[in-house]
Amino acid sequence: MNGLVTASYIGATILFILALGGLSHQETSRRGNFFGIIGMAIALVATIAGVTANIALLVGGLAVGGSIGLVLARRVQMTQMPELVAILHSLVGMAAVLVGFANFMDPESHFTGVELTIHDVETYLGILIGAVTFSGSVIAFGKLSGKITGNPMLIPGRHLFNLGLLIGSIWLCFVFIQQSASHGGLLPLILMTVIALIFGVHMVMAIGGADMPVVVSMLNSYSGWAAAATGFMLSNDLLIVTGALVGSSGAILSYIMCRAMNRKFFNVIAGGFGTTSGKASKAQAEQGEVVAVQPEEVASMLVDAKEVMIVPGYGMAVAQAQHIVCEITKALRKRRVNVRFGIHPVAGRMPGHMNVLLAEAKVPYDIVFEMDEVNEDFPNVDVTVVIGANDIVNPAAQTEPESPIAGMPVLEVWKGKTTIVLKRSMATGYAGVENPLFYKENTRMLFGDARSSLDAVFKNL
Amino acid sequence: MRIGVPKEVHAGERRVAITPEVASQLIKLGCEVVVQSGAGVWAHFSDSAFQEAGAKVVADGRSIWKDSDIILKVRAPQFNPDLNTEEVDLLHEKQILISFLWPAQNPDLLKKLSEKKVTVLAMDSVPRISRAQKLDALSSMANIAGYRAVVEAAQHFGRFFTGQVTAAGKIPPAKVLVIGAGVAGLAAIGAAKSMGAIVRAFDTRPEVKEQVESMDAEFLLLDFEEEGSGVGGYAKVMSKEFIEAEMALFAEQAKEVDIIITTALIPGKPAPELITLDMVKSMKDGSVIVDLAAEQGGNCKLTQAGKVVLEHGVSLIGYTDLPSRLSAQSSQLYGTNLRHLLTEMCPKKDGQIVVDMEDEVVRGATVVKEGEITWPPPPPRLSAAPTKPAADAKGVKPGEKKKEQPAWVGPAIAFTLGGLVLFGLGAVAPTAFMAHFTVFVLACFVGYMVIWNVTPALHTPLMSVTNAISSIIIIGAILQISSSENIIMWVAGFAITITAINIAGGFAVTRRMLEMFRK
Repeated sequence: MNGLVTASYIGATILFILALGGLSHQETSRRGNFFGIIGMAIALVATIAGVTANIALLVGGLAVGGSIGLVLARRVQMTQMPELVAILHSLVGMAAVLVGFANFMDPESHFTGVELTIHDVETYLGILIGAVTFSGSVIAFGKLSGKITGNPMLIPGRHLFNLGLLIGSIWLCFVFIQQSASHGGLLPLILMTVIALIFGVHMVMAIGGADMPVVVSMLNSYSGWAAAATGFMLSNDLLIVTGALVGSSGAILSYIMCRAMNRKFFNVIAGGFGTTSGKASKAQAEQGEVVAVQPEEVASMLVDAKEVMIVPGYGMAVAQAQHIVCEITKALRKRRVNVRFGIHPVAGRMPGHMNVLLAEAKVPYDIVFEMDEVNEDFPNVDVTVVIGANDIVNPAAQTEPESPIAGMPVLEVWKGKTTIVLKRSMATGYAGVENPLFYKENTRMLFGDARSSLDAVFKNL
Repeated sequence: MRIGVPKEVHAGERRVAITPEVASQLIKLGCEVVVQSGAGVWAHFSDSAFQEAGAKVVADGRSIWKDSDIILKVRAPQFNPDLNTEEVDLLHEKQILISFLWPAQNPDLLKKLSEKKVTVLAMDSVPRISRAQKLDALSSMANIAGYRAVVEAAQHFGRFFTGQVTAAGKIPPAKVLVIGAGVAGLAAIGAAKSMGAIVRAFDTRPEVKEQVESMDAEFLLLDFEEEGSGVGGYAKVMSKEFIEAEMALFAEQAKEVDIIITTALIPGKPAPELITLDMVKSMKDGSVIVDLAAEQGGNCKLTQAGKVVLEHGVSLIGYTDLPSRLSAQSSQLYGTNLRHLLTEMCPKKDGQIVVDMEDEVVRGATVVKEGEITWPPPPPRLSAAPTKPAADAKGVKPGEKKKEQPAWVGPAIAFTLGGLVLFGLGAVAPTAFMAHFTVFVLACFVGYMVIWNVTPALHTPLMSVTNAISSIIIIGAILQISSSENIIMWVAGFAITITAINIAGGFAVTRRMLEMFRK
């Protein structure tokens, strides 16, 4: 029996790896997801087969949870994907905490000596990471859905505070191991959970809106490590492998996001972007005049162009403008205008957010390109349309070494012949940096809500 | 307020101050627009087009002058042969006149206007600051003049501009020299370039080199150090030595090129003589010189303002009305400039035009304010092409490079540390743990390899699917649910429920997203 379970776990592991591997191309991605589902089903069946009691509760839980999940998945709007992913992360975190406590309270535990210590550390770590994931994800969900302000909340001495929490939890770990040897230790475990929860809240509260891609992928990573730690605790290789896969996936995504902003991971987590940039933005005040245009002029520019590049940002998601963007794209492509999309890695609120939105609006994915694929083409682009993006097209990142975003890779839209920037007002972007792009001679500003502006443009095509 | 647009009466003037499009936008501002019948006919804007745009068309020119609060014109007021009177005399107190005026050249006109107690805004006096670019009529007209200069040159040049290799033989491309790379010069470069000519350009201001080169033309450099930029983006008079070097360059170029377009003007001074009689003589037969400075005396002494003359086999074009020769285009641009000015002066968009002397742009353009001469204005505060402060120098200096560690130091430290940790762990941990740990480390590496292959476009589905599979933690809960302890059972049951949400939700939403990715 045990051999069969292990064999199923191996099968599930392979299927999970294939699921992730399938995502390397759009063509194979659907098959990959299918592999994932099968893997999960095999793992569940194999494990459930060993259940001896309380089957009703098990099936009930699966049924209730499964239906809630399906409804959520069906109802969620693509612009809300980051929120959904964040709240789902919190569930993994919570489950890790619950499983950890249940395991700790299990009277059938039979470890002694070094094995007990290692097991205790595993339990402790599993609960710790789970709790941080849980509270961090809840706050991230709040921030992404606008229930909590997106501004970084910076309490004085926050680094000291974090350090205190860390030392506290390390100390509690020793206390826990000592008490656990004499069959106690619930109190330090609960105290640590509270500390971890506070740490998760505090960490994400200090991070601002546009750093959310990093936070979401970091929490993704944590949920994996929580699963891996639980796997160690339960001596279950399937959990360890899956947790490690997810953990490294999230870590790589965080790394990609940080690189796209030219920031150190630690700086993002330490929080408070945009608070130190006040000086620099003032120094570059008085840059000249912006030239505003009307939707009719934009429409005629687009029709006359041969190469059009569209650069979407989070503003497009906020204005729900992706559908009208697609309509405009179709109309232009019919007129043999070559329309392409240039996506910055951190555009939006989670990795790949823009791609999903454009896919939802039925923009064919073969005209959607990554920043590195199109950045050299800008000199040949007749019209670039920047929709609700700011920092990711800021030339100051290249020209002003003093700028807070200096060195961040940006889409070089200003090298195109004309750039049209859709924006609600002249407010600065997330980083609080003035954008010299708006004052360039070949830049035109189309003020107003992106969706209604684009509606007007479309009518005039 | 009522805006009146009389017909232009200057001989040969084909432009009109506004177009029907501009008229409709002015009406949107809350103004009433009255156009004299036939005002736009030479620029191909019919009376009915103006009427459709919402403007009133009246036949009587005199009534427009009499009843309007604002008069929009292209040319400065002059003797009106249709009404047989001076246009200045048609103006009355409190009226606003907006047109080209050239106050420096027309002091008498300025005096007469001030006696009339009117307010006059000269479109040629709009300050050259960035904010005023959209109402800079001089640039608009210069752009057109530059383009038209090439068209005129092409007409008098008996050859192709572009080079060709035909069955009948090879045709070399025409060589065009543009002197003065201001707005007109750049427009001429663009036009000549797009017709296929080889274009060279010269300017005393070194900062325009980049602009010239961006248009794919060759910038001729003098082996001489002198900064030629004056206030407001215009050129200034250069030193004698510079001019000598410059003239030598032109003499050399004249022998070679087919077409010379000169646009050299210094504000308030007669045009500098750049093309001497000897240079004209040295040019090939059939060459063309277009002198855009003809009105200010010409960059070549032989040009005659308003005429085309043939001297020493070279056609010298001295037209002074090039914008008017492209009347529809120039009317449209001039009208748009006027509209931007009026929009600026009508901040509340209620049809009330105010002359706000605090506004730098309006202040600069206003030459007479209610009878008081306010010209010349104080110098502009900001140059159109701000000279770059030393900030550039602050950039990356080669000497400032950070002390970089050799590339192997980082990995070496990491490997040593990792090795020590592994070694320490292996010394104390039981075998069972080490087996799991092996699996863990290998899985991390597999994850690392697999994830780097994921296309960035699918990062969101990646997150949702990893989310779903990280709910594999459900297995921990399933293993515990059989517990005889009630509390463990319920905790496990709850954990199963929430992870089930995650599994179903994660996979379903991933599927939904992936379905959307279509070619």
